[in-house]
Amino acid sequence: MSTAIPADTTAKFADYADGSRLVSTEWVAEHAGEPGLVIVESDEDVLLYETGHIPGAVKVDWHTELNDTVTRDYVDGEGFAALMSAKGISREDTIVFYGDKSNWWAAYALWVFSLFGHEDVRLMDGGRSKWQAEERELSTEKPRREPTEYPVIDRDDSTLRAFLPEVRDSLGKRPLIDVRSPEEYSGERTHMPAYPEEGALRGGHIPTAASVPWAKAANEDGTFKSAEELKAIYTDEAGLGTADEVIAYCRIGERSSHTWFVLQHLLGYTNVRNYDGSWTEWGNVVGVPIVTGSEAGEVPSR
Amino acid sequence: MTADTDTPVTSDLPQSLADVVTDFAETDSSDRLQLLLELASDLPELPPRYSDHPELLEQVPECQSPIFLVTEVEDPEQGDEAIVRLHFSAPPEAPTTRGFAGILYEGLNGQTAEVVLSIPADLPLRLSMTELVSPLRLRGMSGMLSRIQRQTSERIGKITE
Repeated sequence: MSTAIPADTTAKFADYADGSRLVSTEWVAEHAGEPGLVIVESDEDVLLYETGHIPGAVKVDWHTELNDTVTRDYVDGEGFAALMSAKGISREDTIVFYGDKSNWWAAYALWVFSLFGHEDVRLMDGGRSKWQAEERELSTEKPRREPTEYPVIDRDDSTLRAFLPEVRDSLGKRPLIDVRSPEEYSGERTHMPAYPEEGALRGGHIPTAASVPWAKAANEDGTFKSAEELKAIYTDEAGLGTADEVIAYCRIGERSSHTWFVLQHLLGYTNVRNYDGSWTEWGNVVGVPIVTGSEAGEVPSR
Repeated sequence: MTADTDTPVTSDLPQSLADVVTDFAETDSSDRLQLLLELASDLPELPPRYSDHPELLEQVPECQSPIFLVTEVEDPEQGDEAIVRLHFSAPPEAPTTRGFAGILYEGLNGQTAEVVLSIPADLPLRLSMTELVSPLRLRGMSGMLSRIQRQTSERIGKITE
């Protein structure tokens, strides 16, 4: 990445395909406030930022700011430019995302920013909980950043994003990774344990998808596992091998953004797409094939 | 149900709850989260008789974050006139859920069983927050309300197990 903001030289990161996509909490504590660097908090809980955040960090809410209010889709180029301008983010800025729940939502925001081609986007390893566990400073003061002239960039849905027809055409041709819990994968339930029902009429998984719950990529403290551990999980056990194309999905695309980040940036798979329609779409569509149980299942004959 | 921009109906709510609904409606949408945060902060700690005995609380699985609640009724033999006391346990890392609990506490704690049982199920939709928080979270608040009402009914003997 061509940017004035240096990469974090933490030894663990050097083993990843693109370790410059990660920064540590120490690095953030040291570099926060530098011109050209914006820290963005993105959480599931809409109030968490207000209770205290990394000093100077701005909030981007996935639900109210990144989604179109009418169509089930992300904001368009104009909407994104307006949002970036209001947040005081320039096209050249380095953005470091962090958030709750082991960075699910931070990874989700990072992925959406990537659809708009914002180049230098990074994640803070371990997210909000690590920062808090280390008793680092939190502030309730909302930063006032000057509005910017962010260009209107058309969203590129063809590279990092998969839609249902492409997923259907992929069966048997390219690997699918289902990152939900084993109970959701088998079809015993259609939503996360302890989470409310989110409206899928059928339970199960897309035929041929390998089950790799997202949390396998994370350590207890929410940081990413080492490059070697990740290779063992995805490349070997899940059988991705040297696949040149992978599609990941979950329930609404948030947990699979976490896995997308791992495959794309940490393991260096070159063509990884997130199917954000995920189970809330597939599990409701008339006539698409579904497999129940813990086996991946066969490609249905047509 | 009225849209966010309209004034929500409060005529069928007790004054305490009507005040909360009106507060939200009259607060600029950019400040509503701050108001919710204040209600989250005002939620009292569990008294020791419950914090030492978490098994006495009922979980609300509709909420995305772990929340537990228990409803107490003073002098349940007074039936509809009996006074209802609410206790909640929600972690600080789930401020939105705490805020919803705070709304119910502010609006319903100390009310009579009759008032508690009269609260309409669409209360969460009247809080002018449908654009700020996801529908799932509002459903979590409905889950809390329905449990409070069921526990109240049980305590005053309207539901016998």
